[in-house]
Amino acid sequence: MARISVCLALSLIAAPAAAETIRIDWLERQVTPPPVQSNMQARPERLGLDGARLSVADIATTGRFTGMDYQLVETVIPPEAPFLPAAEAALAQGARLLVVSAPAADLLALADLPAARDALILNTAAPETSLRGADCRANLLHTLPSVAMRTDALAQFIVTKRWTNLAMIAGTLPEDLAYAEAMRSSLTKFGLSLAGEKTWPFQSDLRRAATTEVPLFTQDLPDHDLLLIADERGDFGRYVAYNTWLPRPLAGSEGAQPLGWSGVVEQNGAAQLQNRFRDTAGREMAPADFAAWAAIAALGDATTRTATADPAALRSYLLSDRARIAGFLGRPLSFRAWDGQMRQPIPIVTERAVVGLAPFEGFLHAVNELDTLGPDQPETLCTAFQEGP
Amino acid sequence: MIRSILMGTALSLSLAPALADEIWVTNEIDDTVSVIDARTLEVKATYPTGERPRGITFSKDFKRLYICASDSDAVQVMDPDTGQILHDLPSGEDPEQFVLAPDDRLLYIANEDDAITTVVDTESRTVVTQIDVGVEPEGMGISPDGRIQVTTSETTNMAHWIDTETHKIIANTLVDSRPRHAEFRPDGTELWVSSEIGGTVTVFDTATQAEKGRIGFAITGIQPEKLQPVGMRFSPDGQRVFVALGPANHVAVVNAATLEVERYILVGRRVWHMELSPDQTRLFTTNGVSGDVTVIDLASLEPIATVKVGRFPWGAAARPTPN
Repeated sequence: MARISVCLALSLIAAPAAAETIRIDWLERQVTPPPVQSNMQARPERLGLDGARLSVADIATTGRFTGMDYQLVETVIPPEAPFLPAAEAALAQGARLLVVSAPAADLLALADLPAARDALILNTAAPETSLRGADCRANLLHTLPSVAMRTDALAQFIVTKRWTNLAMIAGTLPEDLAYAEAMRSSLTKFGLSLAGEKTWPFQSDLRRAATTEVPLFTQDLPDHDLLLIADERGDFGRYVAYNTWLPRPLAGSEGAQPLGWSGVVEQNGAAQLQNRFRDTAGREMAPADFAAWAAIAALGDATTRTATADPAALRSYLLSDRARIAGFLGRPLSFRAWDGQMRQPIPIVTERAVVGLAPFEGFLHAVNELDTLGPDQPETLCTAFQEGP
Repeated sequence: MIRSILMGTALSLSLAPALADEIWVTNEIDDTVSVIDARTLEVKATYPTGERPRGITFSKDFKRLYICASDSDAVQVMDPDTGQILHDLPSGEDPEQFVLAPDDRLLYIANEDDAITTVVDTESRTVVTQIDVGVEPEGMGISPDGRIQVTTSETTNMAHWIDTETHKIIANTLVDSRPRHAEFRPDGTELWVSSEIGGTVTVFDTATQAEKGRIGFAITGIQPEKLQPVGMRFSPDGQRVFVALGPANHVAVVNAATLEVERYILVGRRVWHMELSPDQTRLFTTNGVSGDVTVIDLASLEPIATVKVGRFPWGAAARPTPN
């Protein structure tokens, strides 16, 4: 009822009177990308930020008609500079709606600042499931899917394909270990298991040696339908493909990948978003760009629907079942009230096409099928959302 | 069993003295239009179009067919008697949907990638004006008296009310997420706007642009997120509104007076848009994912046949064939 009256109040604005300016902050902790073997891969310079800029342009168009003006204040902190002072400075200048690209530790330090207590922070870059679990914060929402959501999506895909014999090769970097661990949990959750598993051992330059080394390395894996790869930095997976002892498809960090977004997503009107992004950024839209785009789209929707920029009111709207945000993935996006994670379908993609979109048919849920991806309310380890911020 | 019933239906239809009316359907992925014989329910012709054809409408005399060829950045004009493209109209970029004014001359085109409504004179083949609207305009409606054109924008979540005399926006009304289609009541007193992601239809009073009501949908066994209203059509008598529910694979039948949903009709997968047969006895729905058209009998409100067309059928327009 309240919502309808708000809409009516807004509904007849022909030309905005005095536009209210709503400040949204982009806070980015730059990280030096770790070296990978291939020289062909470079991290886009404005990864995430390009998505944020596009989204602000999108919601500013809406604002022209609602009398709301949106301002994106960009703070990019170089790898060698300290993060917190810059964050504190932004907060001191009045930042209260923060869209953040930073590692988990920086993100938590920011969320725990006294000045950030009444702020609303949206995480667009840190995938750790623990940030939505034991380490959750009431003032911290997440538009990037957690690792668990992505591996759950892949496990559903595997069940749908009836691939029952599985093997995995995992790297040794922390994110590889986390991905492999999430993959094992997801397989268990959906009634699957690994027949064999190996750790990637090579230090040599595989660009030359893959055709001789990889067949031998994969020869002693038990027979499998699908070979899972845990290589989140994209270091070695590309050299495994087509070099395995048995000719088998790959999935995980290589092959069929569960990703929050990809340049090949085109259904559900996504082609329009992709076109706008390519036009402005000059490259393909990556998961981090989509997470940033979605964070600002959510803020735009919330400010329009509630006719306020108050972080507490926006948070309350976003966590309510009134929020149904359009995100080009075929289902409304919304936020889980128990951990602040944005509900979203997860595309399973190759380099050239979407091969599936989780949640898949048959994975049922009493409330919302999207909650079959990632920790659901009964098993959540997050307690910060049980009462107000 | 099903086959024999369908054959029986076809037989009885062939005995009816109906004209060979046609339903024209754009196939978004195949770059073609399929022409369905409304009597035999067979595809009697398939004609090539520009890239990614979506919106489709006939001139009042049915001598010209306008087609939004979105990826060709053109509105194409086809001779429906021959299937030949006569010429293109300037359309602005990425025309997705359009509406022909009651004067049979001005075409209002939604340029999805440019946040613009383009007004084109179909006779002089020139752009009359372009109007800035919200992001991703799509739904296009025009009042029966031709005085108000409404463009809805998918990402801005608004209906933009355009005065066709001045070509200025006179009001912007907020609706739920991702509005897809705008349809005036045949008497012009109401505007209906569907919101795909919001899952609702909003009804406005045309005179005041005030919201009169909002309609939600519920089908047992289908999750609310899949109930995504897109195309809409008023019944010939104006008493009912048919609302296509996208991936819920149903068409809702809404009582236009009470705004209550009276019934849900099962159709093909991802139902998009609808068209009434010229004799107004049947409703044809385009089903994008299943690549077919469901034919609904308007008397019984039952689906009576499915017609296979091209890949991703999107828009539909009817033509009574002169004998």
